[in-house]
This record gives sequence, C-alpha cells and structure tokens, in this order.
Amino acid sequence: MNYHTPSNFLDASEIAANSVGQIRFLAGGTDVLVQMRSDILTPDDLIDIKHIQGVKDITQNNDGSWTLGIGVSGAEMSEHAEFKKAWPGLVEATDLIGSTQIQGRATIVGNLCNGSPAADSVPAQIAAGATVSVIGPSGERTEKVENIPTGPSKTSLKKGELISAVHIPAREKNAGDAYLRFIPRTEMDIAVVGCAVSLRLDNGIITDARVALGAVAPTVLLVDECAQAIIGTKLDKAALKKLAQAAEKACNPIDDKRGTIEFRTDIAGVLAVRTAKKAYDRAQGK
Amino acid sequence: MMSNIHVTAKVNGDDVEFLCDPRETLLDVLRDRLNLTGTKEGCGTGDCGACTVTIEDRLVCSCLMLGVEASGKSIETIEGMAKGDKLHPLQKKFVEHAALQCGICTPGILVAAKNLLEKNPDPNEEQVRYWLAGNLCRCTGYDKIIRAVLDAAKEMREAS
Ligand SMILES: Cc1cc2nc3c(=O)[nH]c(=O)nc-3n(C[C@H](O)[C@H](O)[C@H](O)COP(=O)(O)OP(=O)(O)OC[C@H]3O[C@@H](n4cnc5c(N)ncnc54)[C@H](O)[C@@H]3O)c2cc1C
Ligand code: FES
Ligand code: FES
Repeated sequence: MNYHTPSNFLDASEIAANSVGQIRFLAGGTDVLVQMRSDILTPDDLIDIKHIQGVKDITQNNDGSWTLGIGVSGAEMSEHAEFKKAWPGLVEATDLIGSTQIQGRATIVGNLCNGSPAADSVPAQIAAGATVSVIGPSGERTEKVENIPTGPSKTSLKKGELISAVHIPAREKNAGDAYLRFIPRTEMDIAVVGCAVSLRLDNGIITDARVALGAVAPTVLLVDECAQAIIGTKLDKAALKKLAQAAEKACNPIDDKRGTIEFRTDIAGVLAVRTAKKAYDRAQGK
Repeated sequence: MMSNIHVTAKVNGDDVEFLCDPRETLLDVLRDRLNLTGTKEGCGTGDCGACTVTIEDRLVCSCLMLGVEASGKSIETIEGMAKGDKLHPLQKKFVEHAALQCGICTPGILVAAKNLLEKNPDPNEEQVRYWLAGNLCRCTGYDKIIRAVLDAAKEMREAS
C-alpha cells in the first residue's frame, strides 16, 4: 500500500486517476481502517486528504450559507455554536455516528462516500439541501448530495474524482430541521430506519419541506411525496397521516435480524411523523 | 510495496521518532515500536475503546488511526497520566471504588474520563455514561466506573 499526503485537491485527484489498483481517500478513517483491519480491503493507494489547506474549516459565507471542509469531524461540528444553531438537525444526525472517540475523527463526507444506506448524516444532509463540490480529471462540478450514493457501497463518483467541500444553504427565518433514527439500543448502533426533515413556515403554514429516509432502500431517499403531504398545512392530523402513508409507500427495505420489512416500513411512518413535529417546533422557535 | 516511513511526533510530552509501515495502526506503533503497552487492544475495529488515546487533546481510537497519520501530532496515552508515583485523582478513585477487575478496559476509560473532565469539570451521571458509551467493560457492570468518575470530578473541583 502506498500512502500519499497531497497538499491540494488536483494532486489528490491525479494520484487517484493514475492508480492502477484500488484506491481509498483517507478522511477520518473510521470506515477505511475498519475495512483494512477486517481484511475486506487494503487499498493499493491510500490518499490522506487532511494535509490539504482549509479542510478543517467551517465557514459562513456572506450570503449566510455555509462551507464545510472535508476534514471537519463530527465533534468539530457539534462544538461550532453558530452552525449548530442554524442546522441543529444535521448536527444531531452527525453526532449519532459512533462514540466520542469516533466523533473525534468521522466526517460527513466519509459517511456519504462510504455509501451505507443507513449512514446517519446523509438524510440530514439531503433534507438540508446540501451540495458538494467534486474535483476530478474532467474539472470541477457541483452535485446534489442525493445524487452521490447509487447503491450499498457505491457512489456516482468516477475514477479520479473526490469531494472537495460541502455546501449548506443559508438557514431561512422560521425554518427548522431534525433527524431521528430507530435503533434497538440507546447508543452505538446502526439505524434500522432514519428520517430527516427540513421545513420552513409562513404564519405556521409549511411553505417548503424536504423529507429524507435512511435504511429503507438501497440508497438514502429524498421523498417528494412526503414533502407534498405537509406543504400548505399546519401539520394537522390529516397532514401527518398522509405523511406517514407516503413514507411507508417509499420504503423498499431489506429483511434482516435488525428489522423485518414490515417493521421497517411501519417505523418509517412513525419516525416521519415524529421528525416532522420536531422540525416544526424548531421552526417556531420552540 | 512501500518501504517504512519515518515519523516524528510527541508522546506524553516527549519527542519520539519511529519507522513504520504505512498500514500499521497507531495502536501497533505505540505498543510494538514505542513499548507503550498501557494502551490495550480489544476489538481492533473501533467498537470497544480499549485503545483510546488523545491526539491534540481529541479522543480517538488508536486502532482506527494509522501510525503515519500521527506525524507532527501530540499524543497522550495512559502512561502520561500519573506524575511519577503520584496517581491522577481518577486513577486513585478507580482503585478506591474497585472500578476495575481484569483491567483491560481501564487505560482507555481513564484517558476518556480525563478528557471529559477537562472539557466539563461537573458532568452529571447521564453525561458520563454517554461520553463513555464507546468504552466497553466486560467485568464491572459499569456502575463502579461511573461512581469513580463522578467522585474524582468532585474531588478535582474541590481541590481547584
Ligand atoms: C464503532 C463505529 C461506530 C459507527 N457508528 C456509526 C453510526 O452510528 N452511524 C453511521 O452512519 N456510521 C457509523 N460508523 C461508520 C463511520 O464512522 C462513518 O461512516 C463515518 O462518517 C465515516 O467517515 P470517515 O471520515 O471516517 O471516513 P473514511 O473512513 O475516511 O472514508 C470512508 C469512505 O469515503 C471515501 N471518502 C472520504 N472522503 C472522501 C472525499 N472527500 N471524496 C471522495 N471520497 C471520500 C473513502 O475513500 C472511503 O471509501 C461507525 C463506525 C465505527 C467504527
Ligand atoms: S481496540 Fe480500538 S476500539 Fe477496540
Ligand atoms: S475491568 Fe475487565 S473489561 Fe473492564
């Protein structure tokens, strides 16, 4: 295995593009090292991207939007008071990844690019409307987060491509986001279902909403039918019922020891309702 | 295959240098190259916390970090906790409360608890339990560990 420490993204991309074997980028390493240690995969080229300038920065731009460096750990997001105030749902989702020790290293880009359908920060990134900058041999582009995962452990990134930054929109007034997951324990477990909701209100009426579900399909899903079920409402009983039905309908889960298809589907509806209520309360400043 | 990489770092305040294969974890480097065997290996996959150390005052599992990633960094391990013969208040309270049996989890828990008390000198029981959720113990049932940490925190607050 060759270990590389490029000082800029173009070099990182070039090393990846020219590799003749398997490559991995090394962010927090909490997925890569586990794969190496369990002999699932030892890359031929391991590209440590934490030596690139700015990768640890959390920046609020002039228009109120945020740019997160690809080396920012979960702990650093939780400790950033203003970012946490703007996007509490994204921060609480990220904070659920592993233990204190894992939080010291894990990044949301690693969480996204590892391609797990149960990745906790991914529904919250999608609900927030986050985008990523992608650098590769054919130049730079911006991609919606929901377009990155294509299946378990698979992404739409091509050979030589990597993510160089995450962009989170400015948080509007009277808006809120939230993330909830169901696990059989209280800590340190993989989501059986995860749900993120971000919404905006005008006089108590929902004007915009984005709802994302994790662990109920081969990729995290952005479910437009869920958003449509609550837009134009004050999240009354009828709207919540429609929301739960839309969430259940979107599910295409696996059957395993952690949850049957019926169970995951049922929980998706329940969680969608609870998460929407939490986001709604936050949007009202509660 | 790549040859060994030369790395310099600080461990418990001392400058160290070592050669390591890029695949070697920091845990292996600490134990096998620097003879600091106080840091333990339980699972090797980030689940148990026995290998906990701090890098630049941030808790990490040393089994999930490469030795080469420690280049230029400041590392604290359990060996840096007592000052000569003088035990850290957490260590004293662990003995007093019998918060250990086999002791495999103890170095990691002590390093994690010390890091918590540096950030939050007055945690409640729930905060201690969540902070230490990534440190597994097969022997004690956790209760004595939690009580020892809370008691040490109290003593340290009173002493300062
Ligand atoms: C004990 C334990 C508990 C865990 N608990 C959870 C949990 O509760 N929820 C959860 O969702 N996950 C959990 N995880 C999984 C893991 O911690 C997360 O997926 C984490 O966010 C990965 O981030 P990282 O920075 O460590 O990624 P890395 O391991 O560094 O990288 C992961 C993947 O992303 C790719 N990658 C990284 N950065 C880039 C980039 N900039 N561009 C392109 N590709 C890139 C790498 O090539 C690699 O394939 C757990 C892991 C452990 C060990
Ligand atoms: S040995 Fe590192 S977490 Fe178990
Ligand atoms: S004392 Fe034996 S594992 Fe904790």
